Amino acid sequence: MSDHASKQYDLDLGSIRSRVLAMGGLVESQIRRAIDALTTGNIALSDEVIETDHRVNAMEVALDEDCSQLIVRRQPAAGDLRMIFAIMKTVTDLERIGDEAQKIARMAKSIHERSGPQAPPVVEVRHAAEAAISMLRRTLDCFARLDCDGAAEVIRDDAGIDNEFRSILRQLITYMMEDPRTISTSLEIVWIAKAIERIGDHSKNMAEYVIYIVKGTDVRHTKVEA
Amino acid sequence: MSAPETHMSEVLTTKAEARRLSFYYGDFRALKSISMPVHERKVTALIGPSGCGKSTFLRCFNRMHDLYPGNRYDGEIVLQPDNTNLLAPGVDPIEVRMRIGMVFQKPNPFPKTIFENVAYGLRVRGESSRRRIEEKVEQALQDAALWDEVKDRLQQPAYNLSGGQQQRLCIARALATDPELLLFDEPTSALDPIATASIEELMHDLKERVTILIVTHNMQQAARVSDFTAYMYLGDLIEFGVTDELFIKPKMKQTEDYITGRFG
Repeated sequence: MSDHASKQYDLDLGSIRSRVLAMGGLVESQIRRAIDALTTGNIALSDEVIETDHRVNAMEVALDEDCSQLIVRRQPAAGDLRMIFAIMKTVTDLERIGDEAQKIARMAKSIHERSGPQAPPVVEVRHAAEAAISMLRRTLDCFARLDCDGAAEVIRDDAGIDNEFRSILRQLITYMMEDPRTISTSLEIVWIAKAIERIGDHSKNMAEYVIYIVKGTDVRHTKVEA
Repeated sequence: MSAPETHMSEVLTTKAEARRLSFYYGDFRALKSISMPVHERKVTALIGPSGCGKSTFLRCFNRMHDLYPGNRYDGEIVLQPDNTNLLAPGVDPIEVRMRIGMVFQKPNPFPKTIFENVAYGLRVRGESSRRRIEEKVEQALQDAALWDEVKDRLQQPAYNLSGGQQQRLCIARALATDPELLLFDEPTSALDPIATASIEELMHDLKERVTILIVTHNMQQAARVSDFTAYMYLGDLIEFGVTDELFIKPKMKQTEDYITGRFG
């Protein structure tokens, strides 16, 4: 897209977009570190993730403020309007993903503080988490490149994470039935799996906003064409 | 140019329609074969950069260009329901202007009283009954949301009114002859935001009875007041569509560039 007649408008819009990507990068690292804390039992790392969430929140507030300012000053229309509208929704989803990462870190800390030999394996959780992180990263790439096809692919991939969540749930139920001592930990892992499943949902939402920015069509609650 | 996809459930009636309309200032072709409808009891906005031909197009509707030699129309503007081509040689421009009123950028009241400004068109039309003229003047001033402010000083000069009031007086003057179509040529560009809001509110009320075609440089105004928008550039109609869609998802890149400020 060509430049605006106003250079400052281009700079403001460009700055907002790159900070959305920076926020996305921070959120991605939060999930990754929370999962590392879970698999390694590193409680200090859990604490770091929990502590860092305020930075994600602050980025959301600052970006919302800048979007309001841009609306008031520039009255964006057409593609610019769709971009700002989508960014305001995207930062909400990113902030929620940040909360999910923090939740995973809390659970990891709780599991390992209790720590017993009876803790169920978390291999499948790690696998689901990798899929969710990949969805998030690809969504952010699609946002940066305004790539509709890639966004449609992310949306379709969400079903895979939903399936993994159900499979983890089934597996944990068998653990709990076999050995009731694993119930506390198993329930915490359920919450972690649920958080990962939610991260997939938020990434899917953001991918839908990318399609809205590019095509102007609202694909929420519809089937996305190939 | 692409046709608008309206998602309005109501049935649209065409009040006027330009058909392959070209217009020449001498040798200069200012409008290039424009075809578009003006829907009845809707507000249609014409937007585009300076020199795109939007005011020229507007003025064709009441034959304003006839006043200057060397100007030439080609094509038709058909007014419904009687299917009259306003540009046909046998059509009297004065009669056209009775059916199509116009309001200009700067308020231009006559150097007469408030009452006589509104009564003027009626007298030109040959109305002689004092009672009927008084009724019409009051009605037109009511419709222009000016009556309460001027009813006690109808015999004062129109120039005593504020800019916003003068513009509403000009609207009342245009309304007095019961026009079917009202043309607004940047009606609020000389007014402050409060007076602008009152004119916009007035347009919203008026469209229940009359069809409105407005030229505006203010895109937020076009987005606020109009149901349909036409984007023009260098004498061409680039895009005509439902306003809600044109400002969020224009079909043409040229429209997008203009309304997002990427033009030029």
